[in-house]
Amino acid sequence: MTSKPETGGVASTEKERWLRAYRQIVRIRVFEEQVNELYTRALMPGLAHLYSGEEAVAVGICEALRIDDYITSTHRGHGHCLAKGASPDRMFAELLGKEAGYCRGKGGSMHIADPATGNLGANAIVGGSVGIATGAAFAAKRLGNGRVAVCFFGEGALGQGSLYEVMNLAQLWKLPVIYVCENNLYNEYTHFSETTAGTILGRASAFGVESGVVDGQDVRAVNAIATRLVQRARAGDGPAFLQADTYRYSGHHVGDINREYYRSKSEEQHWKTERDPIALHGKWLMAEGFADSAELERISADARREMEAAVKFAIEAPYPSVDQVNEDIYA
Amino acid sequence: MPERELTFAQAVREALAEEMRRDSSVCIFGEDVAEAGTPFKVLSGLVEEFGAERVLDTPISEAGFTGIGVGAAMTGIRPVVDIMFGDFLTLTMDQMVNQAAKAHYMSGGHWKVPMVLRTTLGATRRSAAQHSQSLHAWFSHVPGLKVVLPSTPYDAKGLLKTAIRDENPVVFFEDKMMYKLKGPVPAEDYTIPLGVADVKREGDDITLVATSSMVQVALGAAALLEKQGISAEVVDPRTTWPLDEKTILDSVKKTSRAIVMDEGYGRYGVAAELAAVIAEGAFYDLDAPVRRMSAMHVPIPFSPPLEDVTVPTEESIFKAAKEMCGQS
Repeated sequence: MTSKPETGGVASTEKERWLRAYRQIVRIRVFEEQVNELYTRALMPGLAHLYSGEEAVAVGICEALRIDDYITSTHRGHGHCLAKGASPDRMFAELLGKEAGYCRGKGGSMHIADPATGNLGANAIVGGSVGIATGAAFAAKRLGNGRVAVCFFGEGALGQGSLYEVMNLAQLWKLPVIYVCENNLYNEYTHFSETTAGTILGRASAFGVESGVVDGQDVRAVNAIATRLVQRARAGDGPAFLQADTYRYSGHHVGDINREYYRSKSEEQHWKTERDPIALHGKWLMAEGFADSAELERISADARREMEAAVKFAIEAPYPSVDQVNEDIYA
Repeated sequence: MPERELTFAQAVREALAEEMRRDSSVCIFGEDVAEAGTPFKVLSGLVEEFGAERVLDTPISEAGFTGIGVGAAMTGIRPVVDIMFGDFLTLTMDQMVNQAAKAHYMSGGHWKVPMVLRTTLGATRRSAAQHSQSLHAWFSHVPGLKVVLPSTPYDAKGLLKTAIRDENPVVFFEDKMMYKLKGPVPAEDYTIPLGVADVKREGDDITLVATSSMVQVALGAAALLEKQGISAEVVDPRTTWPLDEKTILDSVKKTSRAIVMDEGYGRYGVAAELAAVIAEGAFYDLDAPVRRMSAMHVPIPFSPPLEDVTVPTEESIFKAAKEMCGQS
């Protein structure tokens, strides 16, 4: 596994940069396949919300960030954590409630946090982290450390009023925060058109917040707009709002198997065969002569090996001792 | 030299100013906290000394700026978030209960939230049901939060300085009827630890455990009781969490009678919890059942004669204590 450079992409060639993005997308996909496997084998307690299908959003954004930039994530957060640099063995350990996990087993799938990669934590309250990300941007500006904060949320969070409170403040105070709305079309089991009046970008422009929309299945397009928005935030030009159109391949959670009452199989099939971020980016890499099919297959095989080893580590890792239940309540 | 006296509001302001001079990461957010200095004028002068970068007027968005406080606290700022009336705490609940209180635990101890939420409590200001509540019990119920209830100018300064230096989210309740109360406050730097009760008056016959606004009322009742030959001890826990159970129990074991009084609602409230602590820890030392006195279980009414009966008074405490001590 390659270590993450200080500044995504800048130090590497075009070819290395886009191969790295491909590798990151594939790693997230394989990670989630392993989660599905662990869950269906009843090895994983609790809930599992898979990010499969949406990987190019997290990777395109995080490749535009520094390791010390902040992110906040969601209940569907494994992809954000990996894209920001988290290690899969400690992530799987957390998913299984083991002491070696990022949160010593106390957070689980929906709460992975990692100060070393600027991950302020995944949040299981929809829209729950909008204040935290904006506050981190306030601290970055006040302390003058040049960091930016990225707040990931799904289009379901557009229904939460606190988002509008903090966007108003972020624009008034010119804070370096980027709100990334991953529009995967479904608020749990309800199409977003049934819950969202007006337009998505209209919400940002109401506050004068710089905004844009991008094809979330195209990692290069996501990275291009993210790089621009991150640069302007870092330069002191204030917050931005990015709508990334994407698709959730699985159900709301792993147990959401029968989905035909809210979306059709043909719709799912269309996204998987025509709009898959791995296939799209792989095709481009080959067309550019950056990789052949053997190279791409090697990347997939490496990712499978890495994730299988990480799962093995997590399964063999011990649970926390019961006396730890009372630790970490207060600092 | 006579002791210097400050009002409760001046003591709060001095604590903030001292901590802001000591630590440049301390910032204040809230509605009308800058030039206006809040409607209670508690913060007057701070923006002039520390600037608009550190004393920030916000829109009327309690959930938004409290959430910003949580994130800022996690990343190197020590925010003091101002919630003008304690009633508006309802708007901050997700940020305080699901975010601030849990970030340290859920992250396995990796992230910390060193923020203070300053707010008010207390009725009898003729402000009706949405500007008069005492909601500190709600926060005392949540693991991960600390809750502070100063009852004198001296305690207000020392406890607020400790709260600002604490590594955890602390909710700091000020009785708005007490802002003009004067008392001795040293000019020098001092702190009071959280979780240490204070015996505000010593006595032998009955313990009055009182919080915040009720401490001064309990002291008034104790003075009335003295004239009847009843010696009342007044114990002020000062923080509902952490809670100094030992000082409360030691007092009750000495006096064998206890009334607990708190301006929050009695049902499932702070008074109920303190009574339970006494029942569990000193049952065999009691000569009478523990008595609770707290706000009536009604929305606070506007009309003065109606509002006045909703909170315990010196007279009602005096009467209850006399009965418990066998005098009618």
